[in-house]
Amino acid sequence: MIRNLAEILLSLMGVLLFTTLILLIAGAPPFAAYIHIFKGSLGSLNKLSHVLNAWIPLTLCSCGLLYTFRIGLWNIGVEGQVMMGAVFATAALRLGMGGEAPLFYLVLAFAAGIIGGGLWALLAGFLKTRGGVNEIFAGLGLNFVAQGIILWLIFGPWKRPGIASMSGTELFPINLWLPQFPGLRMSPVGLFLAIGAIAVTAMILRYTRIGLQLKAVGGNERAAFLLGLNPARNMLLAMIFAGGFAGLAGTLQVSGIYHRLIPAISSNYGYLALLVVMLSNYDIRIAPLVAFFFACLNVGSIQLPMMLQIDSSLSGVIQGILVLAVLGVQAWRARIKIGTQGVKGSPGGANP
Amino acid sequence: MNRKLVFCLAGLSLLIALIAPPAVLAADSPYIFGLLLVGPYNDHGYSQAHYEGGRYVEEHLPETKMLYIDKVNPADRPGVTIPQLVDDMVEKGAKLIIANSDDMKDGIREAAMMHPKTRFIHCSGDDVLTGKAPANLSNLFAKMIYGKMMGGFAAAMTTQTGKIGYLGPLVNEETRRLAASSYLGAKYAWEKVLGKDPADLKFSVTWIGFWFNIPGVTADPTQVAQNFYDTGHDVVISGIDTTENTVVARKKREAGKAVWAIPYDYKGACRGAEKVCLGVPYYNWGPGYVRMIRDAKAGDWKSQWIWMAPDWENINDPDSSAIGYNMGQALSDDAREKLQEFVVDLGTDKIQLFKGPLFYQDGSVFVKEGETASEKQIWYMEQLLKGMEGSSSAR
Repeated sequence: MIRNLAEILLSLMGVLLFTTLILLIAGAPPFAAYIHIFKGSLGSLNKLSHVLNAWIPLTLCSCGLLYTFRIGLWNIGVEGQVMMGAVFATAALRLGMGGEAPLFYLVLAFAAGIIGGGLWALLAGFLKTRGGVNEIFAGLGLNFVAQGIILWLIFGPWKRPGIASMSGTELFPINLWLPQFPGLRMSPVGLFLAIGAIAVTAMILRYTRIGLQLKAVGGNERAAFLLGLNPARNMLLAMIFAGGFAGLAGTLQVSGIYHRLIPAISSNYGYLALLVVMLSNYDIRIAPLVAFFFACLNVGSIQLPMMLQIDSSLSGVIQGILVLAVLGVQAWRARIKIGTQGVKGSPGGANP
Repeated sequence: MNRKLVFCLAGLSLLIALIAPPAVLAADSPYIFGLLLVGPYNDHGYSQAHYEGGRYVEEHLPETKMLYIDKVNPADRPGVTIPQLVDDMVEKGAKLIIANSDDMKDGIREAAMMHPKTRFIHCSGDDVLTGKAPANLSNLFAKMIYGKMMGGFAAAMTTQTGKIGYLGPLVNEETRRLAASSYLGAKYAWEKVLGKDPADLKFSVTWIGFWFNIPGVTADPTQVAQNFYDTGHDVVISGIDTTENTVVARKKREAGKAVWAIPYDYKGACRGAEKVCLGVPYYNWGPGYVRMIRDAKAGDWKSQWIWMAPDWENINDPDSSAIGYNMGQALSDDAREKLQEFVVDLGTDKIQLFKGPLFYQDGSVFVKEGETASEKQIWYMEQLLKGMEGSSSAR
């Protein structure tokens, strides 16, 4: 764990260095830029609530990905699973529009969201276990399909009367919005779910038979099979967990943030969560912290164009550099592993 | 040991969150206003026109300061919401916030309800008309219908093939209204000025799905424009926020094709494409902004829906006209002269293009014979007009 943290700090320092360099080239004051990002993310309770709004789906997706990484699957499809969760949740909430008992439909939306994300993940899982399609390609393909479904719904069956715009579906009535903390743009439900997800994931992966089985299959599929485990079934199980958590994130995006379905409903949180999990070295204790850092960066970097007139794409550059840093750390880690154990590092074989 | 470290880190972040200085409340002066732009501030189109309107306010109203943020749309800034940006601007002392896009309708209403002491102007919305607007929200828009008529007029005066393409954004009341206005201008020039058979004028509309290109989500406006030119349309009128049609026309012209373009939104949109540009109908937000912000600053605010007319004395007066038409160099002298007469006649109501009989695409009556459409009728057009090609509504 100490080494994990050291690696993370190292990559963060690398990112800092590169970013500073780019800021200097762009003619912007780096120190002021960092101060603005910091103040823009943690400068007030209100801003902290925005950060948490990004942290919650990011953490949910990260928790889900821990299951699939544990069994050695690259669930790139997490992005599409968020989207399908959002689609299913929207479908449930649309049923409740103008009706009584909003609470019932909100609960229904959460159930639907989890099912939607889970089913979408299961599809990728089946393609992997039955069809022999690599889960990366299956997931990527399904992401495009999910995006296509959202666009079709927004421009087709769910469009606003007389309008064909990617601005999204009709806004839900306010009684179908998740309740928020008074004066803050944040829902206690989301926070509770995210913290719950961390606890449940830590428990399952660490202390249950499922966690052990996932690890066994991830460590050596053939050996696990010989020991009487069913790798395919475990893979599907991991995918369901991942999709379920992603679907939950999608539901929160719909019911708590945008209050409607929009084309970019997933806000790239799925892809970002992949980075979070890799950067935290597949460690449930570290992932929420990394997610928090990413969330701060996402929210705080809005200050750059607003306060310093730095072209707003810079925040994208920072995230791009982060990707490179993560890859760098991975390569470095693999190298060390080969050096010390002669074993090639794989996600599944990562630390507990 | 490990666990300790985690707790330390968690504690540290919490501590940072708590001791971080609370937002400093801005002093009473200057009067800060916020501007949310849907596209880049330098897009040579819709957002730039607003941005320059904001700068105009800073120049013409003493003690005002603009805070702006551009690319406010979920594709460019995933996860960032309008209410969140408004929270931030209010924290920074903004007393009035302008949202420049139709796309921000829901977000700005939500924000306005949460910040009842802050004033909001939503450009191109109709929340005040529909009664959904809280008391601190107003709608402001300019009568671009006239600018679009002028564009259509210039297009019909120039086309050699009789085929005009309209590069439409998404389908809603506003875009139907503006496409129809372009068509009416074109039809007038074709029939009344050139004396040609209306059946020989083709006016096709293709919608891309949003105000500007979002790869993978909208249709690509460059390809749509190219397709227009490749299928015999020699003038393409832009209805979107950016200048793809003009860029494509310039390239086609360099390749030897006789084509023209009419961009949209921004006064300087013809720059660099003088050879193909027939002029640009543009917004001039400055004077309208100044009026509303001056009133709000003086404590004189009411929730209202304002549809600003051009200053017919001089539609290109930067200090008084809400829209204008910047003639392009590619416009022939004759067409220019005729267009000038057309503008004068529009201003004196000698020419009224929204006068019946007008029919919708499906043949139903839009304006009866002998009647002229009211502002509300024009604002809420339900379909494109008969004679236009392209999908009309989203039914």
